[in-house]
Amino acid sequence: MTALVSGPRSGAGRDRDIAIRIESVSKRFRLYKERNQSLKAAMMRGGRATYDDFWALRDVSFEIPTGGVFGLIGQNGSGKSTLLKCMAKILTPDEGRIQVDGKISALLELGAGFHPELSGRENVYLNGSILGLSRKQIDAKFDEIVDFAGLEQFIDSPVKNYSSGMYVRLGFSVAINVDPDVLLVDEVLAVGDEAFQRKCDEKFADLRDAGKTIVVVSHALSTVRTMCDQAAWLEHGVVKEIGVPGLLIDKYVEGTHVERVAAEGGGSRWGSGDARVERVELLDDHGHPVLRVRAGAAATLRFHYATDGRIVKPVFGFGLHRIDGTHATGVNSRETFVPDFIEGEGHVDFAIPRLPLVQGSYDVTVAIVDDAALHTYEYRTKALRFDVGAGNPREAEGVFAVDGRWSFDS
Amino acid sequence: MTTLAEYAATRELLGNLTQRELRGKYKRSALGWAWSLINPLALALMFTFVFGVVFDSRLEAQGNSDLSGIAAFPLFLLCGLLPWAFFANGVNGSIGALVANANLVKKVYFPREILIVSSVMALIVALLIELSVLGIALLVVGNVWLQFLPLILLIIALQSVFVIGVGLLLSILNVYFRDVQHFVGIFLQLWFYATPVIYPITLLNNIADREFLGVSLLTLYKLNPMTAFVEMYHQMLFYLQWPDWKLLVWATFCSFAMLALGLFVFKKLEPRLAEEL
Repeated sequence: MTALVSGPRSGAGRDRDIAIRIESVSKRFRLYKERNQSLKAAMMRGGRATYDDFWALRDVSFEIPTGGVFGLIGQNGSGKSTLLKCMAKILTPDEGRIQVDGKISALLELGAGFHPELSGRENVYLNGSILGLSRKQIDAKFDEIVDFAGLEQFIDSPVKNYSSGMYVRLGFSVAINVDPDVLLVDEVLAVGDEAFQRKCDEKFADLRDAGKTIVVVSHALSTVRTMCDQAAWLEHGVVKEIGVPGLLIDKYVEGTHVERVAAEGGGSRWGSGDARVERVELLDDHGHPVLRVRAGAAATLRFHYATDGRIVKPVFGFGLHRIDGTHATGVNSRETFVPDFIEGEGHVDFAIPRLPLVQGSYDVTVAIVDDAALHTYEYRTKALRFDVGAGNPREAEGVFAVDGRWSFDS
Repeated sequence: MTTLAEYAATRELLGNLTQRELRGKYKRSALGWAWSLINPLALALMFTFVFGVVFDSRLEAQGNSDLSGIAAFPLFLLCGLLPWAFFANGVNGSIGALVANANLVKKVYFPREILIVSSVMALIVALLIELSVLGIALLVVGNVWLQFLPLILLIIALQSVFVIGVGLLLSILNVYFRDVQHFVGIFLQLWFYATPVIYPITLLNNIADREFLGVSLLTLYKLNPMTAFVEMYHQMLFYLQWPDWKLLVWATFCSFAMLALGLFVFKKLEPRLAEEL
């Protein structure tokens, strides 16, 4: 989903109505010790099942503005999916209420309700009406739906003969064409091949441009980072923070990962560890490792990696932070450099012809993820600290030195 | 269900889910819809053999019909068996409807009652087809029942309300207590024999003077709403006479009372449905 528009919000000028208003919502689940699913058991306990209450959501209140993409992040069990299901009216909150302005459609599971023996065509009508479309509306959109899913040839064969990709594509295609005012999406974005992914991205962008509201639950932080205008971070059923995704995700990553271990230099590290960045080096223009370069000079960042086994299509990324925490830049290799695989030890270089940083100290954050950005092998902050000395320019403010030339007409 | 638009959307969904049931049911079976007829027919022949041949019971001509004897026995049986099968299948189908569609209930919001109503609707379609075939057979042997058609259709509608009511009640209870389905399996068999499906109600005249707690056993027997339904089908289709209006009143009352109870319990238990499934 990274190709999705990350530009300015198209709806910036619109008055900021509220699409979803969540008012002190609490949701309790019963964790049964012994389930009364038999009458005998129910009678023997006098009709009372023994269970513990588990509060999946506790007094959650916030508002989601109309237009744009809103992300929900949090660890497993933080309550984000529960909240999404409450918005979709699948679950009923025990306390509080949720008001939704406009027609809502939820992409919680694609193709839920497909009947395997029925043809794709019949299932489009069935699924469409489950999602609240009338026959006329489906008639009008039918070609678009089939075309979008790319299933023209197969539309009259039973869906049980579909591949799982086809199945999911058809489900997605129906759901996205419901034309909702509010679209709820739960972790289903990564469906289909690359071409289909691109189509989905475009469709999301269209919805967003049309002023629709999209609420996304995702573990793929890069998706949230690039797609969302705003995000809420849930932890143990309460809202920890709401804000701009970039900052929020940084805090989230810093703050939540239990597998964090202290790395040298006070950084933190998490990820599955199948591929690791063992060392980061800064090389000067002669290829010598240094810890200080001049502004505007050539430099190379070298990432020494090591893997357990073969890592297919890894994406390398790094970020530079000024030591006060200001995020100076973040770069990844997805678009330009994805090796088929890496195995064992080696290094990758990122060559910078003219380092566009102003003088100061910087920390390098480095990551290796898979090419769908769903799996993080390595995420390591403060892997290297280096200094940028005065150079060209000698005096500059901020973090970033613009390359340019002054001139004037006399 | 606040706006008309929502109501319309619900109606379409109901139609589509009913179609799904109907189309899915006999897909890939060579005989297809014929099965819907073969089952009650086989039962009718079986009971004819057991009661008509083995027990040698006599079916007397009654009302305005000349039908009597062993040859008419299967027709008599079918007049009761088809509505009974509609009831029993409707109850069993409803009980399974929520659990079978758990995936849908957990992932999409729509009024959940529709699952029960659509499964009953599919059976109504089956019943209409079956009754039409039976009706034609009756006409062929000279039983002209056509004047009763409007009332028969009304009875079918009433019985559908009754089945939906029972279905709503038991389907949601079954989500919380899974042994409802097993219990119902046994109870339906008892209920079957407590209803004049395979014997004429006149057989019971000999218990008319027996009492239980001061109430005539026959009265108790007639409190069974399915007795009222089956008896009305018998009266009109087989005996060609207008049924007792008291049966109609009682059946109407039971149907709507059952629907009210079913809806009440369903709505009461519905909020936790998605998580209990």
